[in-house]
Amino acid sequence: MPQRDGIVKPKTKRSKRFLQSREGKLKENIKNAMIMKGGNSSETVTQALKDIYALKKPNAVMYKKKNITRPFEDQTSLEFFSKKSDCSLFLFGSHNKKRPNNLIFGRMFDFHVLDMIELGIEKFSSLKEIKKSTCPEGTKPMLVFAGEAFDIDNEYKRLRSVLTDFFRGPNVNSVRLAGLEHLLHFTALEGKIYMRSYKVLLKKSGCRTPRIELEEMGPSFDFTLRRTHLASDDLSKTAHRQPKALKPKKKKNVSHDAFGTKFGRLHMQKQNLAKLQTRKLKGLRKRRGGTVEGEEETSLKKTKTDE
Amino acid sequence: MATCSIEDVLAKAEKDEADKLKSITVIKELDLEFDLGNMLALDKNPPNIREFREKKKDEFLRSLARDNTQLLINEMWKLPTERVDEVIVAKLPEPTTRLPREKPPPKPRPPTKWEEFAKLKGIRNKNKTNLVWDDVHNQWKRRWGYKRANDDTKEWLIEVPETADPNEDQFAKRNKAKKERVAKNEFNRLRNIARTQKIKVPGVGLAPTGQQSKSDLGKAVHVAKMSTASVGKFQDRLPKEKAPKNTGKKRKFQPLIGDFSTEKQKQLDILKIMDSKKPRLDIGKAVNKQMREEDMESGSKKKGGPGKKGRKGNFSGKKGKGAGSAKGGKNRKPRMKLGKR
Repeated sequence: MPQRDGIVKPKTKRSKRFLQSREGKLKENIKNAMIMKGGNSSETVTQALKDIYALKKPNAVMYKKKNITRPFEDQTSLEFFSKKSDCSLFLFGSHNKKRPNNLIFGRMFDFHVLDMIELGIEKFSSLKEIKKSTCPEGTKPMLVFAGEAFDIDNEYKRLRSVLTDFFRGPNVNSVRLAGLEHLLHFTALEGKIYMRSYKVLLKKSGCRTPRIELEEMGPSFDFTLRRTHLASDDLSKTAHRQPKALKPKKKKNVSHDAFGTKFGRLHMQKQNLAKLQTRKLKGLRKRRGGTVEGEEETSLKKTKTDE
Repeated sequence: MATCSIEDVLAKAEKDEADKLKSITVIKELDLEFDLGNMLALDKNPPNIREFREKKKDEFLRSLARDNTQLLINEMWKLPTERVDEVIVAKLPEPTTRLPREKPPPKPRPPTKWEEFAKLKGIRNKNKTNLVWDDVHNQWKRRWGYKRANDDTKEWLIEVPETADPNEDQFAKRNKAKKERVAKNEFNRLRNIARTQKIKVPGVGLAPTGQQSKSDLGKAVHVAKMSTASVGKFQDRLPKEKAPKNTGKKRKFQPLIGDFSTEKQKQLDILKIMDSKKPRLDIGKAVNKQMREEDMESGSKKKGGPGKKGRKGNFSGKKGKGAGSAKGGKNRKPRMKLGKR
């Protein structure tokens, strides 16, 4: 467990490195997920947890034993586990009479629960059932959310954010185009959420961009939205706050218009017209001594008007 | 004939082009929102419910997903590409969807007491070289740590100083000194942490210093004596024991130089009180008074009731009055002085 206050010093270099890897950083690690089940769970829930673990694999921890907790009632044990395994995402599965086949997607901030959304599994087909095609482990999926609810409804919006956070995988700056082969599609329709996982087949279209065909891969779920625990505006604001060091620096005096043309604003000092070099004329040449400065100035101005 | 064939060819080419594009174009009422940094798309169009009910559910979802994916892929293929190790790689832009952080961003380490002092005095670190010439080994060695130059722990012979006790073990003495330095450093580190977290640390007691003076010991004894449940009330004194000096509060004065605004404000406040004709409202006192009156009232009411209970009420009332008056007296005194001044 991280000694975040730094009172107890690590005794070896190795443990120091370990603690450093868990510290808060400017550019953060990939979020890990812990997947666990409650005191009672059905076969569906267990299989669902296993499948989601398979999707999430390098960045997930599977808890195999029962954990008799109820996240909506007491979050302390979840927070403890999150600290222990350094996970800020969790998936909790349970099954009881009142809420059969229950999955709770959630995320933490600073080892405290931020958002929790409870989804009930109405229909489930696992990875095993659809054996046709698979993806290599750790593929970064493409995510698509469809349905107006994901844009309008507050809870759905938060659900979209949680699911994006959960499934998006590592944050990369480049991707192999031929390797885009996994798609997670979430559809909000008639009060249900359909999660489908497809393998993407890139077909020739005759031009550069390929034509897409999809093949169902599993796991696929039909969810209903149950209880939610959403972070207060205050907390979510602090959680979303970007450190100052990461914000791009503003470039002064440079602007772009709608067409992408670059404009620069220059600040210049006032020009001293008295010292302006104009066309050299013999008549205007400085006489050796004799002339007063004032006279010279007037003569210079005159030349300018002439020109 | 020739012209005709050219037109034909052109028309055919156009048609082909259109066909090709047809296979990858999807028409939607509202445009999708893309976040290519996360390879994410949001389709705001409401799905066609009638079609959903008529068609097979999975078929409908798949066709919807296909269209959306096609749009996303079209967008992905527009990104600038690179060739890395015979593989075409698209550069992703920065993700635009804001997701919460996992942990709060790191805070800079608060300065230690020494660092604060050094900053105040303008003391700067001298950069010392890491390597030092070692005369004994005739090579460059590290200044600190393992295998350091001029290592005094590795000496096999130490000269006994003239003033020192000849039976004293000089090696042990050095070891002890080193251990004490390490302990002191650790203590200071902890004290710095406590200071930044605003935890009160006992300033007195036997802190590890080089040599304990007599006064330090006296203070330590005093603190130990006071550290009982009754704050040292029942602790016996030793014969001829003197009370420790300088244990009271130290007077603190305002600075003689610098900002005088606080002093000015204080004076103005006093003047304001003196100038006003209304008596100052002491909230604590007013509340006490009110409570006392209420107590009295309830007491008198109970007194009106039958025998025993009334007496009880009267008793409690008296007690309250006594305590209250004592408090009032204390509060009043300084105010009277202020008024007269």
